[in-house]
Amino acid sequence: MAIDNAALHQPAPMSFKSAKRKWPPELSILLVLVGISLFFELLGWAVVGQSFLLNTDRLIVMILQMSVIGIIAVGVTQVIITGGIDLSSGSVVAVAAMVSASLAQESGYARAVFPSLTGLPVFFPIIAGLLVGLVCGLVNGGLIAFTAIPPFIATLGMMVSARGFAKWYTHGQPVSMLTDQYAWIGSGVMPVVIFLVVAAIFHVALGYTRYGKFTYAIGANRQAARVSGINVGRHLIIVYSIAGMLAGLAGMVTSARAITGQAGMGMSYELDAIAAAVIGGVSLAGGVGRITGTVIGVLILGVMTSGFTFIRIDAYYQEIVKGIIIVAAVVADQYRQRNRRGG
Amino acid sequence: MSTADTAEVDAPRRAAPAENLLLEVSGVQKIFPGVVALDNVKFKLRPGTVHALMGENGAGKSTLMKIIAGVYTPDGGELRVKGKALKLHGPLDALNHGIAMIHQELNLMAPMTVAENIWIGREPRRLGFVDHGELRRRTQALFDKLKIELDPEAKVGTLSIANRQMVEIAKAVSFESDVLIMDEPTSALTDHEVNHLFRIIRDLRSQGKGIVYITHKMNELFEIADEVSVFRDGKYIDTKLSTEVTRDQIIHMMVGREITQMFPKDEVPIGDVVLKVENLTVDGIFRDISFEVRAGEIFGLAGLVGSGRSNVAEAIFGVVPATSGQITIKGRPVTIDSPATAMRHGMAFLTEDRKETGCFLILDVLCNMDTAVLSQRYVKGGFVQHAELERDCKAMANALRIKTPTLGETIQNLSGGNQQKALIGRWLLTKPKILILDEPTRGIDVGAKAEIHRLVTKLAGEGVAVIMISSELPEVLGMSDRVMVMHEGRMTGIVDRADADQVTIMDLASQ
Repeated sequence: MAIDNAALHQPAPMSFKSAKRKWPPELSILLVLVGISLFFELLGWAVVGQSFLLNTDRLIVMILQMSVIGIIAVGVTQVIITGGIDLSSGSVVAVAAMVSASLAQESGYARAVFPSLTGLPVFFPIIAGLLVGLVCGLVNGGLIAFTAIPPFIATLGMMVSARGFAKWYTHGQPVSMLTDQYAWIGSGVMPVVIFLVVAAIFHVALGYTRYGKFTYAIGANRQAARVSGINVGRHLIIVYSIAGMLAGLAGMVTSARAITGQAGMGMSYELDAIAAAVIGGVSLAGGVGRITGTVIGVLILGVMTSGFTFIRIDAYYQEIVKGIIIVAAVVADQYRQRNRRGG
Repeated sequence: MSTADTAEVDAPRRAAPAENLLLEVSGVQKIFPGVVALDNVKFKLRPGTVHALMGENGAGKSTLMKIIAGVYTPDGGELRVKGKALKLHGPLDALNHGIAMIHQELNLMAPMTVAENIWIGREPRRLGFVDHGELRRRTQALFDKLKIELDPEAKVGTLSIANRQMVEIAKAVSFESDVLIMDEPTSALTDHEVNHLFRIIRDLRSQGKGIVYITHKMNELFEIADEVSVFRDGKYIDTKLSTEVTRDQIIHMMVGREITQMFPKDEVPIGDVVLKVENLTVDGIFRDISFEVRAGEIFGLAGLVGSGRSNVAEAIFGVVPATSGQITIKGRPVTIDSPATAMRHGMAFLTEDRKETGCFLILDVLCNMDTAVLSQRYVKGGFVQHAELERDCKAMANALRIKTPTLGETIQNLSGGNQQKALIGRWLLTKPKILILDEPTRGIDVGAKAEIHRLVTKLAGEGVAVIMISSELPEVLGMSDRVMVMHEGRMTGIVDRADADQVTIMDLASQ
């Protein structure tokens, strides 16, 4: 068909500059991160008499602590870009931690969850953990795509049920005596490496693949996306499954790092992950946000926690301030959007 | 009434001319990222007149009105209301100064009643609770004054677009506004409804209100307006009395060039049947629709708003799949259960509602153009071939003359006509064999309209089967080889180009 060929070769009435922006949208959030860091640096010298930033150990511990939230936040970011929300990630962390830990117990451990399945190669618990997360996400996505219930409700249900499942799984008993191989997943800087790899993969996926293009399109206008030939239901199932799988991965990392699986793991992680995404400029209205922003958001949360502890401020105050920062981030985001519209 | 003076000098006339102006705007400037939307613009509104604003899409009419209504803050210039210089802080401030705007996109809350919508934030209260009886009485009084026949207790969601418009107008009048701004109020109305609207506008005029009327329809201008101001590319061109200006003069002012032919219908070879529809039915919406469209043919779909025209298009494209009936494409029976399936069979569908089902408003022009074609091309191993994609989108944007600083511009900063062109570009990139256009030129200026008509004719000449829905009869008659007319979900006839005229079509449409 020569529909456009003829049309394409008309003389160009105007030339287009290439589609680029002057400032990357993450610049303002990056400045906030730098500002908060410098704030603690100054306070550090004033209150404790030492540097906050020039302490590699502290920075590593901070990033280690945030890695699990970071892994979850990468998935949650994608869900929020489609205009949805995932409240279940914290509970999925617990389920995955329990299931994968139960398949990673040392051989011959008499009180193992599955006495006949001890000493398995590390491959099995890893696959099991990812699979459990994937199934939870699949259920979330399936409910949202096929019953058209709001994502808030679907994932709220999963949040409650999955937590219940994690408790039922061993009747509340912790799963311990895990193999060294399994513990290696959470040892040293492994969590950080996993977080960065995951972030890099999905940064590329969102920015440079059809999967990413469709994710933004669905969040920007679901009706228009459907009319443009996007299978919205199928795509949402994929996005929620990815988010579930990443929560599963985070659950494995959590249990490997603690060398135990417990049903109370990952409590309220979903809120930290959502907060990191929102601080990082991901719009709850959908269609807007990038992984780089979320990574910076995760770092901002980490610096705040670490900084307040460093200058010896109570955990209670930390939470109060964290809440304020989240709200401020959304207010700033709306202000930015209004300016962009030129209103 | 004084004549429209274009080059006026204020000083020697004392304060008198400013006294009897409802509204005076001078030197107004507004800059959006990459676009000067308004450049040193002026505008005057006299009491008891209807003042039409005309200009191509992107000429700055809507922007100027949004400044007057307090939606946008101007970057420079002066706004005088009844002689007093003002700085407006938001739409509410404008309302308090007697300026009300009825937006192109209706801003009503569907789940609430008519009365609640009109008096929202100003409900009559008794003991702190909303006084529903008084609310109803006030609304009824307002409707009586305007001769609107609507139930104040009806939910807005159940009303037709035309009736919602009436509610918007009543709401604007309820603020005792002296200045009423209407942005293309008739774009979704039937002729009958337009007449009703005009009656109301004439009433308001006789009460001394000033009405600003943005429109693209030339016949409305001569029917309702006293004065007309023309804008082009963000600049003020001229103001004339509607009695002393001709249609051609206005078009000339609007485009700065002559428009040669409105409906450039070419005789093109008509090929084989591409799309055949038999007894297509969506339960409760329309039934037993049967027709054929051939390669190179433009098949018009006419009927009043609500006759089921758009629903037929949606069923063919799988947006709301048909409950029974048969669709055959190039002799092969197919089942269309979703837009994705329809696209695989070579169909494309430009929807009626640009904002709801067309644009990704917060995304850039490129993302708006590439969505459909990504299901077919420009993807290798999941990765988007960005360089090729952008190159072809640029070429398409150039061919369609989309006015945007870059393809990276957010599409909501473009004018309606340019948004529409980007959406047409979205579908042309997929190289469709069957192109369904639902109101392709709604709310689009004369220049862009002619360009789209030429484009559609050209596509037909290249062998595309085109189905075109339009509420504008001259458009349907001018473009189509055959016209199918619908009335209340039934097909009332298919008329050949040679036999089709406005009377025949209207006759079938209102059977």
